[in-house]
Amino acid sequence: MPTKIEKDAITGTETTGHEWDGIKELNTPLPKWWLYTFYATIVFAVIYVILYPAIPLGGGEYTKGVLGFSQRAVLENEMAELHSERSVYMDRFIAASMEEIIEDAELQNYAMAGGRVAFADNCVPCHGAGGAGGPGYPSLADDDWLWGGTLEDIYTTLQNGVRWADNEETRTSQMPAFAVDEILNAGQINDVAEYVLSLSNSASDAQAAERGAVVFAENCAVCHGESGEGMRELGAPKLNDSIWLFGGDKETIVETISKSRGGVMPAWGGRLDDVTLKQLTIYVHSLGGGE
Amino acid sequence: MSSASSTSGAADAYNDEIIRKFVVATVFWGVVGFGAGVFIAFQLAFPALNLDLEWFSFGRLRPVHTSAVIFAFGGNALIGTSFYVAQRTCRASLFGGNGLASFVFWGYQLFIVMAAVGYVLGITQSREYAEPEWYVDIWITIVWVAYLLVFVGTIMKRKEPHIYVANWFYLAFIVTVALLHIVNNLAVPVSFTGAKSYSLFAGVRDALTQWWYAHNAVGFFLTAGFLGMMYYFIPKRVNRPIYSYRLSIIHFWSLIFLYIWAGPHHLHYTSLPDWAQTLGMVFSIMLWMPSWGGMINGLMTLSGAWDKLRTDPVLRFMVTGVGFYGMSTFEGPVMSIKSVNALSHYTDWTIGHVHSGTLGWVGFITFGVLYFLVPVLWKRKDIYSQRLISYHFWISTIGIVLYIVSMWVSGIMQGLMWRAYDSFGFLQYSFAETVDAMHPFYVIRGLGGFLFFFGSLIMAYNLWRTCRGDIEPETVSSRQSATAQA
Repeated sequence: MPTKIEKDAITGTETTGHEWDGIKELNTPLPKWWLYTFYATIVFAVIYVILYPAIPLGGGEYTKGVLGFSQRAVLENEMAELHSERSVYMDRFIAASMEEIIEDAELQNYAMAGGRVAFADNCVPCHGAGGAGGPGYPSLADDDWLWGGTLEDIYTTLQNGVRWADNEETRTSQMPAFAVDEILNAGQINDVAEYVLSLSNSASDAQAAERGAVVFAENCAVCHGESGEGMRELGAPKLNDSIWLFGGDKETIVETISKSRGGVMPAWGGRLDDVTLKQLTIYVHSLGGGE
Repeated sequence: MSSASSTSGAADAYNDEIIRKFVVATVFWGVVGFGAGVFIAFQLAFPALNLDLEWFSFGRLRPVHTSAVIFAFGGNALIGTSFYVAQRTCRASLFGGNGLASFVFWGYQLFIVMAAVGYVLGITQSREYAEPEWYVDIWITIVWVAYLLVFVGTIMKRKEPHIYVANWFYLAFIVTVALLHIVNNLAVPVSFTGAKSYSLFAGVRDALTQWWYAHNAVGFFLTAGFLGMMYYFIPKRVNRPIYSYRLSIIHFWSLIFLYIWAGPHHLHYTSLPDWAQTLGMVFSIMLWMPSWGGMINGLMTLSGAWDKLRTDPVLRFMVTGVGFYGMSTFEGPVMSIKSVNALSHYTDWTIGHVHSGTLGWVGFITFGVLYFLVPVLWKRKDIYSQRLISYHFWISTIGIVLYIVSMWVSGIMQGLMWRAYDSFGFLQYSFAETVDAMHPFYVIRGLGGFLFFFGSLIMAYNLWRTCRGDIEPETVSSRQSATAQA
């Protein structure tokens, strides 16, 4: 029901004759470039639909497209290509022992490349970039090892984890909570903490440390060693150096003795394949402390 | 202007009180939503801001931000302006009167509060943009039906022979959002006394339903609804006729027909069947021109009045908004192309794309409309300060540019880092290394967002002074000189 068709003075185009709250509409034709671009996208769509899987036919069937494209096939091809590229190293890598691998520059390179990225994606969140460690998470770049730093030790730790409940062969040990379990009283804990500090020449109270030596010999030496040299079979840290897992200030040491500690690491066997575990072992071994 | 005076008798009967409430709510939730966005942006750059408290963790605050800006800020703006536009272009007061409209208003605010409280307490369906659980979903359905009733009822009792194009878009928005909401939220509550429910769909069907919903939430909430807003307020502000009636018909129908099929492009290279991915991509590409039809109609309506951009900062907001709309609706089809998507998917590029649409288009067109509406609804001569509108415009624009550009750079970098291999075919970078590389861009994005947020505070202050009836001396003198020149 156009009632008042008029000519717009500025554009010279006619209006449609409708008006709402003072708003009118021009009867401008569709812009040509707009229309033809729209057609072009439709033509593109039709061609694409012919070339690629597109139209569902029911029952899980669909038109496959003349190019025979399939996302799954693309993935399978790419993976096959990767495997064939890697097979040059892979067969030798699988056959070789880790000792043999680190003697062979080419295989060593291959292990380091795979180990680096596996480490970055799986280990860095706890052990830090480059294995620098942090409170509660051992540094992997020094030669202070809790459970041993040979290739075989590292591989075993990776494979079975530490105190990992789901793995029967996991590395495990339990330090008593000397205050919570009421084995030692506050005075004794203070003394033994001073003694532990004295092992790395950082005690402040020589008398307390002297008293603590007795407590240490009776309660701690069985795992941590008579002179605090640690024991790898039990993952008992060395106490006579300046490397501390949870912190070497007196307050932290008193807390450690009182409440005990027991870090947990997942068992990676079963999560990562054996090739990756070997690569990781060699990579960690190379970080600075490998034995 | 003759028609304006001829309808002035009816104008007294318009229900404008309720629209004032929607305007206040829009500004309020906008400030809250932008502020939440700035906070979570800095959480990504500085994780200590999670404060080690579950209620402040990124995962819970992120839906507070998205719902506050989309549904609270955007939703109040859409419902409020749809009531304003429908009454004036139909020459009819609201169907159901103040009572029903007030129910829609307060019901909608209750929905927002219920949703937000749930998010902070950890109650969520984990469906993006559809996080509220079943009890909130049922409530908003009731409110939405009331809204549909008011809107359609008002159109039915119109005194104009035709339905104006703005109302087509508003109606498409209301009806389609209802459909999307109901289908995507089909779920079985575990019990009627608990919040938890389980979706009716499973696996890839569930994912496809969700992305059909979420993509069309963008299409019908953030695109169609705001196009309705544009179709009324731009011609009104420039006082020029709409550029092309024919274009408005063709682009309306092609837009709503094509948009609804484009959702699968969110699931490229997933377990979604190849054929569905193809359809999602080709429909997205065909959507390019229908989207641009709205931009052309918005921009070309300025023919013969381009000079007003120089003098009218309100129009500048609206037109720049349309410009951002054109840019994001080109970027969208490009990103839906599978080979482009292989790089862009799951990266910050997507975040940048969404924000060029939401900050640039939805934000700017709404700011323009708010500056238009407040003096009209509170019966003031003009906005308190034109100077402050200009500040708001430039500060927000710089904020958006910082936001989008930093996300382009970080997103493309992130995508390239993910797909980099060494000579043995091992990944070149770990996930943690990509996060580390993005840190500076996260800081820039946070700053961009802060500027946008700061701009909204300037607007809130300016609008509040306007409501109080204040006017800056400079504004008065510029108005006088403009009148003198004319």
